[in-house]
Amino acid sequence: MSAETWTIARFTVLMALTATALVLPPAIAIGWLLARKEFPGKALVETIVSLPLVLPPVATGLLLLWLFGRHSPVGRALDAIGIEVIFTWKAVVLSMIVISFPLVSRSVRAGIEQVDRRYEDIAATLGAGSFRILRTITLPLASRGIAAGAVLGFSRALGEFGATIMVAGAIPGRTRTLAVGIYTLVETGREEAAWSLLLVSALLAFGAIYVSNRLVDQKARP
Amino acid sequence: MIDLSIDVTLRQGEFVLSVRDEASVEVLGLFGPSGSGKTSLLEVIAGIRRPDAGEIRIGDRVLYSSVNKIDLPARQRHIGYVPQDALLFPNLDVNGNIRYGARNADFDSLVAILDLQALLNRRVAMLSGGEKQRVAIARALMTRPSILLLDEPLAGVDRERRDVILPYILRIRRELHVPLIYVTHDEAELNSIADRVLRLGPQISTTA
Repeated sequence: MSAETWTIARFTVLMALTATALVLPPAIAIGWLLARKEFPGKALVETIVSLPLVLPPVATGLLLLWLFGRHSPVGRALDAIGIEVIFTWKAVVLSMIVISFPLVSRSVRAGIEQVDRRYEDIAATLGAGSFRILRTITLPLASRGIAAGAVLGFSRALGEFGATIMVAGAIPGRTRTLAVGIYTLVETGREEAAWSLLLVSALLAFGAIYVSNRLVDQKARP
Repeated sequence: MIDLSIDVTLRQGEFVLSVRDEASVEVLGLFGPSGSGKTSLLEVIAGIRRPDAGEIRIGDRVLYSSVNKIDLPARQRHIGYVPQDALLFPNLDVNGNIRYGARNADFDSLVAILDLQALLNRRVAMLSGGEKQRVAIARALMTRPSILLLDEPLAGVDRERRDVILPYILRIRRELHVPLIYVTHDEAELNSIADRVLRLGPQISTTA
């Protein structure tokens, strides 16, 4: 493996791991809310959460570019405190988070829906409040669904291309991920180098799917 | 002694369950055929299920009142509830289950009364039906409940083991003086434990 391939692979895995770690807390919160609570506007929240799943990633990237660019209030506020997002590694993580969020939150929601609510009822009769029940009963019992969601989100983040190229670009050594790297190497006529990135991508995808399937298998067993 | 006053209406699919009773006994038996609403009534008392109207009081404490818009959440009712299938938390061992809601009850004496010492480090999946019931009873008693609700505790246990478990329940009554509401559809079981019986059916009647 060349130094360039190694650098890109390491950078991509690091970014995908960071994105997965950051996407889990909000995905768990939204997954729990949708699985366990009834509230006005629930259908709207469900739709917004699923949006990045059906919207072309490039379009999502364009939205992020606008939202975090210097012409939007969010971008200006971040700029004022010295945080630059666009065309940095932060934009890579941001794209991965937004694109993998629907997959992770759906998997978490499915995992929580499989937990028998009566365990939560019993915990309440034992004096536990909502947060303690969530922490000690619901999440541990939904842990395989959450883990499967994390693996799925990580896999999706590894292959993220459309949104990443819009908000982070393809700057060598700074924002170039495996997917973006394959594209730019082919574009610049370096197909052999692209093939080695493809090989790394395939190996990582194989590992992630293998782990995900193992988790699903364990879940199916009593 | 239970000092329970209950007057609730609960819509259950096709039919309406309407219960009115005042009991001042140590063990109140709740008797009725399957589907007569025994479990639903326990869930209403425990605060897991909300009735459509009425009032529930324990002594001076109002747990639920549709007129006064009072509905204490389950966690503030201090009522121990042991469902028919025990519902031990599968992610915790026996010790973790018993201590889950602990409120200063004497763990060692409870473990001794219910004979659970040898089971403390077991996973709950490894327990028999009767052992699960005993653990669930200990878990509920650890919260020092004002009443313990037992939903057919012998239903999931085979005939021979019933004679082993019933004495544990009688011991709780004798040694801990915790008032019980005991659900069953077995008349003989009821006669051996209850001071008084509330009968549920299409028509509600009570017998002293």
